[in-house]
Amino acid sequence: MSVTSTNNKETPELGRSLWDDAKDRLKANRAAVTSIVVLIFITILSIIGPMLAPHEYDAVYRDYVKVPASLEAYPRQDQIEPAFMSVAKRARLNVESYQVVDGKVEAEVTSRREIDERNTRRFDRSDIFENTQIINYSEDRKSATVTADVQYMHFYFGTDANGRDMLTRTLIAGRVSLTIGLLATLVAISIGVIYGTVSGYFGGKVDLIMMRVVDILYSLPFIFFVIMLVVFFGRNFVLMFIAVGAVEWLDMARIVRGQTLSIKRQEYVQAAEAMGVESGGILKRHIIPNTLGPVVVYMTLLVPKVILLESFLSFLGLGVQEPMTSWGVLISEGARNLQGAPWMLIFPSLFLTSTLFALNFIGDGLRDALDPKDR
Amino acid sequence: MSTVNENTVLEIENLKVDFETNTGTVNAVKGINIHVDKGETVAIVGESGSGKSQTMMAAMGLLASNGRTSGSVKYEGNNILGLSSRKLNKIRGAKITMIFQEPMTSLDPLYTIERQLCEPMVEHGEYTWASARKRAVELLELVGIPEPARKVKAYPYEMSGGQRQRVMIAMALANDPDILIADEPTTALDVTTQAQILDLMADLQKRLGMAVVFITHDLGIVERISDRVYVMRRGEVVEEGNTKEIFGNPQHEYTRMLLDAEPTGRKDLVPDTKPLVLDATDVRVEFETENGFLMPKHVLRAVNDISLKVREGQTLGIVGESGSGKSTLGRAVLQLLPSKGRVVYMGKDISGATRRAMRPLRKEMQLIFQDPFGSLSPRLTVGQIITEGLLVHEPHLSAAERDRYACQALEEVSMDPSMRNRYPHEFSGGQRQRIAIARTMVLKPKLVVLDEPTSALDRTIQKQVVELLRKFQDEHNLTYLFISHDLAVVRAMSDTVMVMKKGVVVEQGSAAEIFSNPQEAYTKELVEAAVLKHDEPVVA
Amino acid sequence: MLRYVLGRLLSAIPTLFLIITISFFLMRIAPGGPFDLERPLEAKVMENLNKIYNLDKSLWEQYLIYLKSVLSGDFGPSFFFRDFSINELFAQSLPISMQLGLGALTLALVIGGFFGVIAALRQNKGVDYSVMTAATFGVTIPNFVVAPCLTLVLGVYWGWLPVGGWGGGAFVNKILPVVTLALPQIAIVARLTRGSMIEALRSNHVRTARAYGLSGYTIVVVHALRGAILPVVTYLGPAAAALLTGSVVIETIFGIPGIGRYFVQGALNRDYTLVMGTVVVVACFVILFNLIVDLLYAVLDPRVRFD
Repeated sequence: MSVTSTNNKETPELGRSLWDDAKDRLKANRAAVTSIVVLIFITILSIIGPMLAPHEYDAVYRDYVKVPASLEAYPRQDQIEPAFMSVAKRARLNVESYQVVDGKVEAEVTSRREIDERNTRRFDRSDIFENTQIINYSEDRKSATVTADVQYMHFYFGTDANGRDMLTRTLIAGRVSLTIGLLATLVAISIGVIYGTVSGYFGGKVDLIMMRVVDILYSLPFIFFVIMLVVFFGRNFVLMFIAVGAVEWLDMARIVRGQTLSIKRQEYVQAAEAMGVESGGILKRHIIPNTLGPVVVYMTLLVPKVILLESFLSFLGLGVQEPMTSWGVLISEGARNLQGAPWMLIFPSLFLTSTLFALNFIGDGLRDALDPKDR
Repeated sequence: MSTVNENTVLEIENLKVDFETNTGTVNAVKGINIHVDKGETVAIVGESGSGKSQTMMAAMGLLASNGRTSGSVKYEGNNILGLSSRKLNKIRGAKITMIFQEPMTSLDPLYTIERQLCEPMVEHGEYTWASARKRAVELLELVGIPEPARKVKAYPYEMSGGQRQRVMIAMALANDPDILIADEPTTALDVTTQAQILDLMADLQKRLGMAVVFITHDLGIVERISDRVYVMRRGEVVEEGNTKEIFGNPQHEYTRMLLDAEPTGRKDLVPDTKPLVLDATDVRVEFETENGFLMPKHVLRAVNDISLKVREGQTLGIVGESGSGKSTLGRAVLQLLPSKGRVVYMGKDISGATRRAMRPLRKEMQLIFQDPFGSLSPRLTVGQIITEGLLVHEPHLSAAERDRYACQALEEVSMDPSMRNRYPHEFSGGQRQRIAIARTMVLKPKLVVLDEPTSALDRTIQKQVVELLRKFQDEHNLTYLFISHDLAVVRAMSDTVMVMKKGVVVEQGSAAEIFSNPQEAYTKELVEAAVLKHDEPVVA
Repeated sequence: MLRYVLGRLLSAIPTLFLIITISFFLMRIAPGGPFDLERPLEAKVMENLNKIYNLDKSLWEQYLIYLKSVLSGDFGPSFFFRDFSINELFAQSLPISMQLGLGALTLALVIGGFFGVIAALRQNKGVDYSVMTAATFGVTIPNFVVAPCLTLVLGVYWGWLPVGGWGGGAFVNKILPVVTLALPQIAIVARLTRGSMIEALRSNHVRTARAYGLSGYTIVVVHALRGAILPVVTYLGPAAAALLTGSVVIETIFGIPGIGRYFVQGALNRDYTLVMGTVVVVACFVILFNLIVDLLYAVLDPRVRFD
């Protein structure tokens, strides 16, 4: 064939693919864009937040059990003296004078016995004081001056019933919940897409049997099934998302099968067959790219479902184990302490709900963007 | 040309219809004037997108929610445009009624025919439910539905498309309207059914005397039934007047183009000395329908022992209505469907060949589809679509070479090669069909099965596609199997014609014989229904 | 019709059989047993217990014994609630769960359906946006967050409603659990109804109804809603089965002795018969409701007919 065309040297016009169109429609959807920003923000917070936070997620502060969320630092001014007095009492020291200057406590103490240097540890062990020193011993070492720095700490989200920082715990819980959500979704999507494509593409007897299996699994009581799996096989992080993923793939399989069946009947697939394109090429170039849209949409809607399911299991005490935590665990603790410590419910709920909200809006937005006939 | 007078029942003045869309305002109708007199039949003709339907939808208050109107639509002197639906409901369904293009979906699938026929009668106050029911049976009889007393209890899904359209007509006549608007009422029907519905409408109009507004793209229908014509294009009326005058002496260039749009020219016959490309004997295709789990299977014989022979450079036209098995036959000879019988291609027996065995032959045997929107993969660029076959049959080609082939193929179908990186949805129906042709021709095939390649296109575009197909046939000595229900196109393209009905051949012979002197009753009916122009006018 | 129903019920038998088999062996291959208490029992006592509950037999024998007793309608004795048989436990708890579920279902259908239709009729207007935002809230806020909040406000601060407990089935005791159970369902039904209603309103046969000057009521209720309700019915089938067989969370939070709470207790305590019984009962409900949905479909849509 002699090629006469000269135009091909010029840069051809670029077309707008359906994906480009979808991207534009998504960008125009303010709710979806806001949701994406919120989701990214929460994800970043969950990933790097715990590293930057001043507390470890499992650090217990016995002096700060269930303290309310506050922007001011702890301890409060009126907490310092009683705390100091109580430590002194335990150390059998009589406090003669006491003053706080610039976040530093200075007290003169006396004791019936000789004052031991090691008493400093008693003060340091409290969450309120640090760098305790005993100076100015008297001759008989029965009176001295105790100086200690007040250790100021912030609990922006308050603390839980064990005196752990809720901010760090909420963020670390976010890590766990998001990871489970993502991993379980990936498990579900992979099983569902492969199963559905195979069933739909090969059709006939294979399809009949494969869909019969799905039908039977559908009448299994799912919540009960997951609970059974988790209860009987231990509350293991990995097992948990496998269980959830193994349960949630059915819908995906049905959607993908339906999609594959309808694409298979499309004339462009017949055209490819008429040109002698092999099954592999048809799957790769025609079927998979065209099922991708619904899969992406379903995925964004499945992640919140899985997170919710995990939270629900955790709520029943079947989820992630202490001291590791997830939003579900935190919420269930919060619900139990709602009357005395509402912040324990509010902050994790806020994070969970905004994440679910964002994912739902993104999912809806994607659906509208990829399948704009509903406008 | 008639003017507005005291007989005018419907007068549309300076009507504009705009649609607000995401990409801006679309001016669908740009200030048109149409009037309809008592008892006359007015046709509004135009191709898709001319705004002919939207004009009447606007008059009936049926526009989509993003539609805006201005101007006036006067029924007996009173403006009804933009009335509240409460006020409009006194007129629509009673004085002005409408039938639609889609008979399969225009009736509510969940209710009986009776219920749907009675609703407007009762709603407009003339009837009680009991008397409406009686009238419903009479109406069904009037529109020629057999066993009306029994059929009135049927659901729409139990009826054929033609019967449903008759029911719609019955519904339209129920309240003795002054105006009946028919929006492409026969487009979705087979030609023979089409003819029956048109006869029915003409007959009913004569007896009942209402005015009919007939919206259509089919000039054959216009000539046959209308008194006056409005020709619309891109939201404007380009020409109006008496049907005879317009057909005899069209003034506007666009009208002339429409009138000329029926494909002309005939195929030069191919001598019998040419080698046989395809020789099929007793091809039979059966489908098993599942009747549910463990139920006996029902066997449907779509193609029943059909034999055909095609020589190099020949075109065999396969004609038939929907469900006649013509498409199935086309796919079966290409071994795209499991079939029985013997198929010999270029002296080689390919019956029952495996996919692997067929693969090298696929390059030479190609298929072009009816639906230019469905036959191009939506997520590939035009260049990728055109060269997909080369990936299989010329695997040694580099990407740059394939790109060059794509450019050349696009030029051959008169399209700009710089568009090769665009996606199918950015093209019109006609352009898409050109792309589909380019995809086929790039492989240099010998035999092409054309499955209704022009049916989804407007007449003017059809003509261009026919020319293009002819050009390829002449240049590359191609053999065509041309499957279509459109007799005008088949006549223009084929050497021999085969008429199919319910999986069997009714009649076959040379194109000239079949069209000028059909033997079988069914063929006669088809040819008559197609309202073809008389062959080759006796010198200009 | 009757033949169809019988056929469907018959084809449910292998499904049920499979479910029983899977659950039975899954549970038994798991480590731990019903009598593994923190303080180990004496060997003699253990042996006696195992004998009473047939645990000394081989797994196959136990499986056959269980199948036989299920066939005769007996789910066996409870391992954990030692004085009760599973049938007695269900006789108590199932009606309670069903009452709650039925209440929630009714609320979901009536309120959700109403708001869905309203939103569809006012598509892309203020009403639509508010209904859909509220629905998104309903779907996303988990009921174990909603429940404590409602309890705190209505039960503790204002003292209008009891905080928990069944109270012998008193109406006030049912309000909070039913409402909490219904909220997400209302939201889902509203979204579904809106979607299918919008599609129905755009369909050709509704256009016909408008073209023939039918009243707004006839168009919306007779012609659009009947078709639009079909997807909702499909959704409500499995949802109803799940609701009627008890919500674990709601029953736990409000301290209601329903079947869901028994299940969790049973599972945590390796009460084999209780867990098995629950699974069988729930599966029966799912199968039954799927059948009901199909029959309802046939009533609503004449195109679907069974002989």
